Amino acid sequence: MSADSRFSSSSAAKATTQAQQQRADAIAGLTFVGPAMLALIVFLILPLLVALYFSFTNWSGTRPLDQPDAYEVVGFKNYQRWVIDGRRVDDFYRAVRNTVYYVLGVVPIQTVIALLLAVIVNQRWLRGKSFYRTAFYFPSITSSIVVSFIFLFLFSAGGPINAVLSLLSPAYEPVAWTTNNDGVLHLLLETVGITEDSAGAWVEIEIMDLEIWDWIAGPSVAMSTIMALAIWTTSGTLMVIYLSALQGIPSSVYEAAEVDGASNWAQFRHITLPLLKPTTFFVVTLGLIGTFQVFDQIYVLQNDQTGRTTTSVAYLVYATAFESSSPNLAEASAIAIVLFVIIFVATILQRRFVGGDRAED
Amino acid sequence: MTAIAPASKPRSASHALRLLFKALALGFLFAFAVIEIAPFALTIANSFKCDAAVENRPMPFIPLPETVTCRDEDGEYIAADEQVSGIFFSPSVDGYRRVLNDKLPRWAFNTAFLSIAVTILRVIFDSMAGYALARLKFPGHRAFFFIILGTMMIPGVVLLIPRFLLLKQLGLLNSYQGYIVTLAADAFGILLMKQFFESIPREVEEAAMVDGANRFVIFFRIVLPMATPALTALTIFSFQGNWNNFMDALIILGGNTDLYNLPLGLTVLRGSGLDVQYDLVLAGSVITTLPMALIFLFFQRYFVEGISYTGLKG
Repeated sequence: MSADSRFSSSSAAKATTQAQQQRADAIAGLTFVGPAMLALIVFLILPLLVALYFSFTNWSGTRPLDQPDAYEVVGFKNYQRWVIDGRRVDDFYRAVRNTVYYVLGVVPIQTVIALLLAVIVNQRWLRGKSFYRTAFYFPSITSSIVVSFIFLFLFSAGGPINAVLSLLSPAYEPVAWTTNNDGVLHLLLETVGITEDSAGAWVEIEIMDLEIWDWIAGPSVAMSTIMALAIWTTSGTLMVIYLSALQGIPSSVYEAAEVDGASNWAQFRHITLPLLKPTTFFVVTLGLIGTFQVFDQIYVLQNDQTGRTTTSVAYLVYATAFESSSPNLAEASAIAIVLFVIIFVATILQRRFVGGDRAED
Repeated sequence: MTAIAPASKPRSASHALRLLFKALALGFLFAFAVIEIAPFALTIANSFKCDAAVENRPMPFIPLPETVTCRDEDGEYIAADEQVSGIFFSPSVDGYRRVLNDKLPRWAFNTAFLSIAVTILRVIFDSMAGYALARLKFPGHRAFFFIILGTMMIPGVVLLIPRFLLLKQLGLLNSYQGYIVTLAADAFGILLMKQFFESIPREVEEAAMVDGANRFVIFFRIVLPMATPALTALTIFSFQGNWNNFMDALIILGGNTDLYNLPLGLTVLRGSGLDVQYDLVLAGSVITTLPMALIFLFFQRYFVEGISYTGLKG
């Protein structure tokens, strides 16, 4: 009897303390997330909505917002002008072309280099692992602006790249790398005798106000130096990511394969690569998100002569808002929103193809 | 014995193949290491040269003991050949002297101040939010988690213009405060801390709870001290990110050269147009990189460990 009542009262007390505990946790939880939530909402979520809203207005940014007639809502006019069929369509798609070549050039190369380096550094027989890791990782702790200036210097007319190439071949004529607008695919076609004139009339057909010939230009020489920069900077970081994934693969897996007589190549192909798939997904996603937004490097290496072949979409947003002779924040916001959508779609597409959530092929 | 003999021939062939593979792998590794290191070495060497030598004779990299000044008594710039011979060059500190007499010390202070301020706030806010997400049930828990994931998808460029407008309306444009509050919390840091707190066994907190400690005491006295590795990683990533932050500085601080950070300042040092003032830019680049390089060399382990905290499990 007494035991029974003691039991029920203690369980009732337990229930109240549990309810109290839950309330205390809820209050603590809200207090704990409060500052971060406020900062994220005010400086990330709200700005996104503001950008979306202004992309549907005609506010150029000069008129004070508190005036009643500061701007009008104009619907999709900015999108139409830049993306659909308006006057700035060629500028937009030129930037899209530049960015896409940049992404397609940088992401696969840096991923493959990172994987190769990681596999080599992970070999048991290799001495001086930490030296290589330090050397490869160092560029990624360096400011993107510093790296850009280093590359501007490396590829300058009298710079080290030209100096080294002249040393290697006396016949070499220094190239003005950072001001050269020639597309590398155009240059390749030229070596087999195909030029805009000889390719036929179809290359002059315009798609989104840009001739097919311009679409297939490839990245310009100037853009290629920026791509080299990106690969040079990022490969090491991605290598460290791959390396930590490789070190997470238990050696017993390989020992079992060795007992079965699997060659090194077979082990790499059928064990290492499949096990690295989530890491590859992560590395490619990082690469896509980073390269689609390329800005700092363009800001430094861009010049008056190469604007047409080095302007990225991200840089176009900035230039339209702040650097143009007639700045237009509403139009720049529209371009920014389109870039957001492009990155979003690209990430989803690569999820389809690389298949980050599926473990095996 | 005779049974083994036939096998030895293919084995030696595969041995040769393996050696070849090793040599190729080492060659690739070594070549890439040179490609990664040489630009830094050349940058340091050329930061001690005058403009003419940087632009025409960039390769000489071994400094001679005697130094030169870039202008002679008549105020004329010295020619490249007066500073360089063979693989040697006579170093000059004129570039460093000029940037240090300019606004660079101020920019270095700004960079350090802004990076430290943002990092302190992030360490506090991110770890509190991370703990709440990992351990506490509160209304809006799921919504907040998805907001955090969502913000990681927003490209920085999209935020450029609206942040500019917002800070302008708040009167925080071109101010330290504007930069600091804008970056005071970040989704990456919150997720990093959440993941770490989830790995701590609950028993530790439950024991403290039985003793009557409330959540605040538990968090600050017990859980946070256990989170040193994650906090170190967060500190390093945040400090590095802000030390090198260009885009936010350009938008928020771009209107006042006294508030520039180092990356933004470097873009001013270059001069205008195609004629880059390499002596200034390279000296400024070395000064910008040096503090991060020292931090990296001393805390290298944490940089690499930090990467393993960033949720690579797919």
